[in-house]
Amino acid sequence: MKLTRSVSKPRLSPSRRGDRSATLAFWVFVAPSLIGLTVFTIVPIVWGFLLSLSHAQNTIRVGQFVGLANYGDLLTDEAFLRSLKTILVFAVFIVPLTYAVSLGLALLVNRAGWGTPFFRTVFFIPSAVSYVVAALVWKVSLFNGLSFGVANQMIAGFGAGPIAWIGTASPPWYWLVLVTARLWLQVGFFMIIFLAGLQEIPRSIYEAAEVDGARPGWPMLRHIILPQLRSTTISVLLLNLIAAFQAFDEFYNILGATGANASLARPPLVYLYSLALSDQDFGRGTAGAFILTAVIFAVTLIQGRIIGFGEAD
Amino acid sequence: MKAQSRHNLLSQTLRYGLLIFLVVLFLVPFYLIVRNALLTDRQITSLRWVWLPAPPQWDNFRKLFADPAAPMLTGLWNSAVIATITLVLQMLFSSMAGYALARIPARGRNAVFFLILSTLMIPGAVTFVPSYAVMAYLGGVNTRWGIIAPGVFSAFSIFLFRQFYLRFPTEIEEAGRLDGLSYFGVYRHLLLPNSTSILMALGVLTFIGSWNSFLWPLVIGQDPSAWTVQVVLSTFLTAQTINLSQLFAAAVVSVAPLVVVFLLMQRYIVEGAKFASGKE
Repeated sequence: MKLTRSVSKPRLSPSRRGDRSATLAFWVFVAPSLIGLTVFTIVPIVWGFLLSLSHAQNTIRVGQFVGLANYGDLLTDEAFLRSLKTILVFAVFIVPLTYAVSLGLALLVNRAGWGTPFFRTVFFIPSAVSYVVAALVWKVSLFNGLSFGVANQMIAGFGAGPIAWIGTASPPWYWLVLVTARLWLQVGFFMIIFLAGLQEIPRSIYEAAEVDGARPGWPMLRHIILPQLRSTTISVLLLNLIAAFQAFDEFYNILGATGANASLARPPLVYLYSLALSDQDFGRGTAGAFILTAVIFAVTLIQGRIIGFGEAD
Repeated sequence: MKAQSRHNLLSQTLRYGLLIFLVVLFLVPFYLIVRNALLTDRQITSLRWVWLPAPPQWDNFRKLFADPAAPMLTGLWNSAVIATITLVLQMLFSSMAGYALARIPARGRNAVFFLILSTLMIPGAVTFVPSYAVMAYLGGVNTRWGIIAPGVFSAFSIFLFRQFYLRFPTEIEEAGRLDGLSYFGVYRHLLLPNSTSILMALGVLTFIGSWNSFLWPLVIGQDPSAWTVQVVLSTFLTAQTINLSQLFAAAVVSVAPLVVVFLLMQRYIVEGAKFASGKE
């Protein structure tokens, strides 16, 4: 059942409309959520917007209005612009890779016969692991820059010297570390979604395609499976893209918030964390949050347009 | 025909070979966590690879919990309390609101639904700076409720419950109303008992998400007494205050409960993933 299909108008019997007990019950039932979302989502947005227009150093109180100065400062702040570039590069790596790997896993697992439940479990289980734990293994063991690191011991077998991984700017090995950590953590989840999509494809479509002479393998994938997975693909790409732009945990724990390693790749959330929590500059911190939200909206729209154009041909 | 079956056999072998290679690759990090937790520090940093800890250093775990500088037990307790309360309250409030939005006719219902949907558009993690400001004003910094509160209210959860109850057969509900049940009675005695599938599916996802969340607990729990297990681990990792084998022992302790939950509840988690992506 697709969400879009079921967004129909709820049934409303006219005799009950205006029923006072119904109205009372309705408000009692929605009150906790309505109050909670107001206090913890809507108020912060409004308050944050006012703070972003204020000079709010060491204070969370709205006062000294400075217009759009905080926005101007950030948009000319090289470190902030670099953080936007960093997250864009990260998204360019992680989004297509996650799509390809999770779809590939789903296709493999779907045809593994009796082995399907076992393989599905193994690929899905990293979803139970936190980014902090993954960062710990990646940083201290797998990609430790010293000779005893697992990756370094492996390449030593081929006669290559140890690589510093996250301690060196060129070539950017740190991208390999950051991207593989997130891939390991999240491809299982998206594989599950693709598996559900694959199971929705009616058998008759495959059979019809075979009768029409479509060979199994790439032509079947290109002309039958991918078009059938269209809505699944859109939701996977969208969820993934929005999550990528809010990356914080692995960057903070692998590269740190400040220092030489952090300056290699500091995403916007890590930068805003330092700005608000360390420098206590809530004016700029909130302004940055709104700029990032705008960027996420824009990128999501652009991605939607690209997928939309693909549909036209 | 013969060539075809030989081709099939070959592709079958290749597929299983690839799958087994990937299985090994995906399990390597788990192996490393457990292996390192049971080695001595000297063995971890040795250039001679040790495949299996012999003998396993169980003492690493004892030392971890005995270390006064490592608030591991506090972290585990905080995480358990926070994840459990978040799970229970989010399921309760979201199912109530979802039911009302799907089934109770009242003026203003569309407006409320629209308001809730609009908060869904805001990317959650981005608002941590403004949310911190509000939480600081409310006095929630360094408290468990401060970490819990925002996670309890999920527009997405409410939306999914609404979709679920829209598909719930009206006959049951109408029969209950004719029998004199109030809206609350219908919810309590007819809807909740028939909502176990979605409650389990979203509940497990909520629990895992809460246990593993990092940014908000890091921002709010600044004092060690309010650290969750993730914040404790991160502090060990970034400050390098304990030795390597204890670091991995701490990782084992933080991951093991979730792996158990995951394996026991996998069926529901798969359902939850489908709910969340609109496949259910």
